[in-house]
Amino acid sequence: MQEWANQLCENRQFGSKMTDSKYFTTTKKGEIFELKAELNSDKKEKKKEAVKKVIASMTVGKDVSALFPDVVNCMQTDNLELKKLVYLYLMNYAKSQPDMAIMAVNTFVKDCEDPNPLIRALAVRTMGCIRVDKITEYLCEPLRKCLKDEDPYVRKTAAVCVAKLHDINAQLVEDQGFLDTLKDLISDSNPMVVANAVAALSEIAESHPNSNLMDLNPQTINKLLTALNECTEWGQIFILDCLANYTPRDDRESQSICERVTPRLSHANSAVVLSAVKVLMKFMEMLPKDLDYYGTLLKKLAPPLVTLLSAEPELQYVALRNINLIVQRRPEILKHEMKVFFVKYNDPIYVKLEKLDIMIRLASQANIAQVLAELKEYATEVDVDFVRKAVRAIGRCAIKVEQSAERCVSTLLDLIQTKVNYVVQEAIVVIKDIFRKYPNKYESVIATLCENLDSLDEPEARAAMIWIVGEYAERIDNADELLESFLEGFHDESTQVQLQLLTAIVKLFLKKPTETQELVQQVLSLATQDSDNPDLRDRGYIYWRLLSTDPVAAKEPPSAFVEGSRGVQHKRLPGSTESESPDTASAAAVSDAPPAVIPSQGDLLGDLLNLDLTPPTTTGPPPPASSGMQMGAMDLLGGGLDSLLGGDLGGSPAIGAGFGAPPAAMPASFSAPVSGGLDDLFDLGGGVGMPMGAYSAPKTVWLPALKAKGLEISGTFARRSGVIQMEMTLTNKAMSVMTDFAIQFNRNSFGLAPAGPLQVLTPLSPNQSIEVTLPLNTVGPVMKMEPLNNLQVAVKNNIDVFYFSCQYPISMLFVEDGKMERQVFLATWKDIPNDSEAQFQIKDCHLNAASNKLQGSNIFTIAKRTVDGQDMLYQSMKLTNGIWVLTEMRVQAGNPVYTVKKCVYIYIANMVDRI
Amino acid sequence: ISLSRNHVLVCFLLQVLICRNYKGDVDMSEIDHFMPLLMQHEEEGLLCPVMSHGNVHFMWIKHSNLYLVATTNKNSNASLVYAFLYKLVEVFTEYFKELEEESIQDNFVVVYELLDELMDFGFPQTTDSKILQEYITQEGAKLEVAKSKVPTTVTNAVSWRSEGIKYKKNEVFIDVIESINVLVNANGSVMSSDIVGSIKLKTMLSGMPELRLGLNDRVLFGLTGRDKGKTVMMEDVKFHQCVRLSRFESDRTISFIPPDGESELMSYRINTHVKPLIWIESVIEKFSHSRVEIMVKAKGQFKKQSVANNVEVRVPVPSDADSPKFKTSTGNAKYVPEKNLVVWTIKSFPGGKEFLMRAHFGLPSVENEEAESKPPITVKFEIPYFTVSGIQVRYMKIIEKSGYQALPWVRYITQSGDYQLRTNV
Repeated sequence: MQEWANQLCENRQFGSKMTDSKYFTTTKKGEIFELKAELNSDKKEKKKEAVKKVIASMTVGKDVSALFPDVVNCMQTDNLELKKLVYLYLMNYAKSQPDMAIMAVNTFVKDCEDPNPLIRALAVRTMGCIRVDKITEYLCEPLRKCLKDEDPYVRKTAAVCVAKLHDINAQLVEDQGFLDTLKDLISDSNPMVVANAVAALSEIAESHPNSNLMDLNPQTINKLLTALNECTEWGQIFILDCLANYTPRDDRESQSICERVTPRLSHANSAVVLSAVKVLMKFMEMLPKDLDYYGTLLKKLAPPLVTLLSAEPELQYVALRNINLIVQRRPEILKHEMKVFFVKYNDPIYVKLEKLDIMIRLASQANIAQVLAELKEYATEVDVDFVRKAVRAIGRCAIKVEQSAERCVSTLLDLIQTKVNYVVQEAIVVIKDIFRKYPNKYESVIATLCENLDSLDEPEARAAMIWIVGEYAERIDNADELLESFLEGFHDESTQVQLQLLTAIVKLFLKKPTETQELVQQVLSLATQDSDNPDLRDRGYIYWRLLSTDPVAAKEPPSAFVEGSRGVQHKRLPGSTESESPDTASAAAVSDAPPAVIPSQGDLLGDLLNLDLTPPTTTGPPPPASSGMQMGAMDLLGGGLDSLLGGDLGGSPAIGAGFGAPPAAMPASFSAPVSGGLDDLFDLGGGVGMPMGAYSAPKTVWLPALKAKGLEISGTFARRSGVIQMEMTLTNKAMSVMTDFAIQFNRNSFGLAPAGPLQVLTPLSPNQSIEVTLPLNTVGPVMKMEPLNNLQVAVKNNIDVFYFSCQYPISMLFVEDGKMERQVFLATWKDIPNDSEAQFQIKDCHLNAASNKLQGSNIFTIAKRTVDGQDMLYQSMKLTNGIWVLTEMRVQAGNPVYTVKKCVYIYIANMVDRI
Repeated sequence: ISLSRNHVLVCFLLQVLICRNYKGDVDMSEIDHFMPLLMQHEEEGLLCPVMSHGNVHFMWIKHSNLYLVATTNKNSNASLVYAFLYKLVEVFTEYFKELEEESIQDNFVVVYELLDELMDFGFPQTTDSKILQEYITQEGAKLEVAKSKVPTTVTNAVSWRSEGIKYKKNEVFIDVIESINVLVNANGSVMSSDIVGSIKLKTMLSGMPELRLGLNDRVLFGLTGRDKGKTVMMEDVKFHQCVRLSRFESDRTISFIPPDGESELMSYRINTHVKPLIWIESVIEKFSHSRVEIMVKAKGQFKKQSVANNVEVRVPVPSDADSPKFKTSTGNAKYVPEKNLVVWTIKSFPGGKEFLMRAHFGLPSVENEEAESKPPITVKFEIPYFTVSGIQVRYMKIIEKSGYQALPWVRYITQSGDYQLRTNV
């Protein structure tokens, strides 16, 4: 520091220049003594010069605390400038010289009564900054006077001083009753005083979260809103931030506050605008959505937010961070503003990344083409981090907007062709995510991916590629060779890759057990015997034991395992959540899947195979992209927005876990209930005289009156014009009237849930029956039931709650568009491994009627042929959760016994789209 | 939730130049972590305006070669902090003309005084430099009298204008400046375009005048049911704090007591899709190891009567290009190697006209290893006496209790804002 000051005098010719910088020149040896002498000089001017020199030394970091008594001696002066300098010195050194600081107290007390308000304010301001306990006692009386000073400048300074004092000695402030005085200042006639009082109170309240210090009530709110119009821009921010903590009593109050806050959106200061937005976002929650004003307010919010994007980059950044939260909470506000988030060449990197994130959040079917074109543009830039994020963004678009998935994949393939190494790696990671979301849809690109295998050097990309190979092992001829090639350097790989490799080879083994016995032995021994990593060893042992001791599991159709792993894609084992990669979480966050409870798969190995999705990356730092941009404990809008946005924020494990779950929740034992359902279908009609349309079974008693205090429920299920219905007869066999009916379902295999409330409008008198039809949907929570088509129902009435369970025919879930193209049918049929096959015998059915009747139940006949005197019908159906079932039915001529030869389930919801 | 908790405000350059600890809860030595942290972030390419070290957060902006850093250990209102830092720059610049290392050292006493007045305990206070100059002056010693009282303005509701201002001739100069922001894709489609307008005042009025500004604002005309001539739909409007916002909200009246001298009264944003005023078509062909051929066509897509002045078309060229050759149908082209740009300047560009520039560069036979970024073509221009949106100042009413006559003057100008056209190369 000394050099700096010395350099300063060398570099500049001071002689000619009469500026403050000359004071920096005197820092040389023995100078303290010189200064001491000068400070004690009789001449005012000399004194002042000396103090300036002291401050200059202080500024460059030199310790001049030894001069404390001498400087304090200069305090009693009527020269304001000198006084300010001495005060500055005091603030810096009082803490190191507490005993000496007492010397200054007298002057402070005197200055607080000075006729000049500037000096009174200066004294009270400085006293608060001297954090010495002994002094604070003396501060109380002057402060009390200053709080009631006639000059608002002094009052506003004193208001802040209360907060300062509270920081040093909270008890003292309470005992002295300063808090009440501060509260009184909220009603002050001067808006600046009100603003500072609010700021000070908020500050104090923050350290006492439970105290009802601010005591916000409609009267004080009204005062604040009045002051809002008149105080400075900063004061407006204090008041707005304070308003954000208030909870209005009702929607009318909420609306009136909103109305008075909205004009602030036109303020030139971005910070005022953001604070106003925060208040409005919060109070909007209170407003009924059908209110006209609600719509008006929504419309008013977008333009100011967009304008913030032309502010200084740092403010833009803060605005973008907040917009990001707002978009998650209320995407409708900015849904038409996509273009303003397009990245400009000269945006700073932090703005670019934030914009990118918002673009993905706003991406929808309507604008996806534009977004993809932009993302592709970004992916050819040179800034590595930005490019990587752009590539990831393309993947997120695919996951978010299903219709765009194909386009995204082809864009990614284009990017892979550029052969830019980090682009290729990033693209492969992303494609793996797309594969997970849309299984079996885009595997035609696997060949291209495999070509780039050698260029992958990042663990994440290698792990992704290994996952793909393992997952699609049956379609990659040389899957074993590919995986084997990774084994060579097994111990040099990162944990992530090792775990993935282990899992992939086990998957491969389950699919091609005969050829890969050796390979699986090798990887298991590498993982368990030669590795020091406990995670790896544990997983290796588990696989090993399962494979060797559970021959049943090993013999199960491989698809069952694979399915299992899909079904619980993002299921996290306890303990792995905190280490879950942020990227997965964000991918999950953008998917639209409703939060659902993951079905508990009975299949242990399936679950285990799934571990690879959330590698326990306890080692290694988090990816740099997030560490740089994360705000840590601090969010930008002062903590308000995110808390009011509450649990809706994406990326939370709850939402992440729901990712893609419902459609994939297909248990292995599916074939049984299907056959049951088919049996029913065939059994009943006999083909004669049945009206066209869906079959529905007669009602059976679900809940006997004995078990339900007199309420008897019998019912059945039907599918009528595309709507699944639960048709029930409720009979009151008790002696008293029943009212207040309601119904609820437990989680079930297909997510069945009531689409509306149970419509029993009139009370049910004794001995009366009522027919009720309850429409159902399939968007409820999913949990695998045993048997699969079991449904647990709770019915409530004024008497009690009753539980029963019933079974619904699987045919009810066959959807209307379950007719597969012939070509697709053929191709798919061949692709289905024989293991996924089941056979059943059906009795007493007439072929001619069957086809038509089945169609009525959404079982579509695709083709028909005759081989060796057997008639064969090929049929397809699709379940509500997107699972296709393909069947072949053989009819022995003259023998009314029909064989459903092949009952197959496959997983591709959109097989048809692909071809 | 609450305000800027603790600000150690620091301006510095490699070494701490000056700081002010407004609250005692962050140790002053924490700032020593700032520079290494900044370097580290810069190296990783993850520059961010907020950086953390332990539980201390640094929020910083850069002004020329100075960093202004605020530190806090609480969850502060970040927008307030940045807005305040920029305000600091503004105040210091008005005080010292330039904010730089030297001016801070030369005026450290005033800087301390200002820091004291601008913020108290982390709460920004009076930040209007015109008002501050009334009681914090650079020649402190000489103006002892003036400094002995607080200008009432500091705590007044009208905190931006002092009383007792006198002019011989009362005049207001109004500048309406519209900037065009355009982003055009490589294939020529306009990705986004908007107009950001600004109305600036130079007020030379005595006393405490009440002003009312009338624009051809579509919402206002809609409210009053008037329908004559062209109106303009302003998507968003921002006002100087002197404008009564609630009045504008209720009946779209722009009424205010203006600050003295120069100020920006309001800014607005218009979303309507405008035809880019100067349209650029470019063909840039890069023949690796030999040459780059550039052909740029510029077309003035505005009224024939108007003329764009000082048009500059900046075309990026590879950093290893050499031996430039140019041919232009008008104006002249210059190679600026330090920016890797060809700057084609046209002093006067009449509407409806079309000009052409060709450039030829050699490329070295050994190719540059590093991947080059793809900067867009940018265009600068200004068109006087014209606003692209058609906004008009219909009247400026000036009422002062002394009843003097005052003259408003209006000027219009349209200029390029962020005007970018992406290229294929």
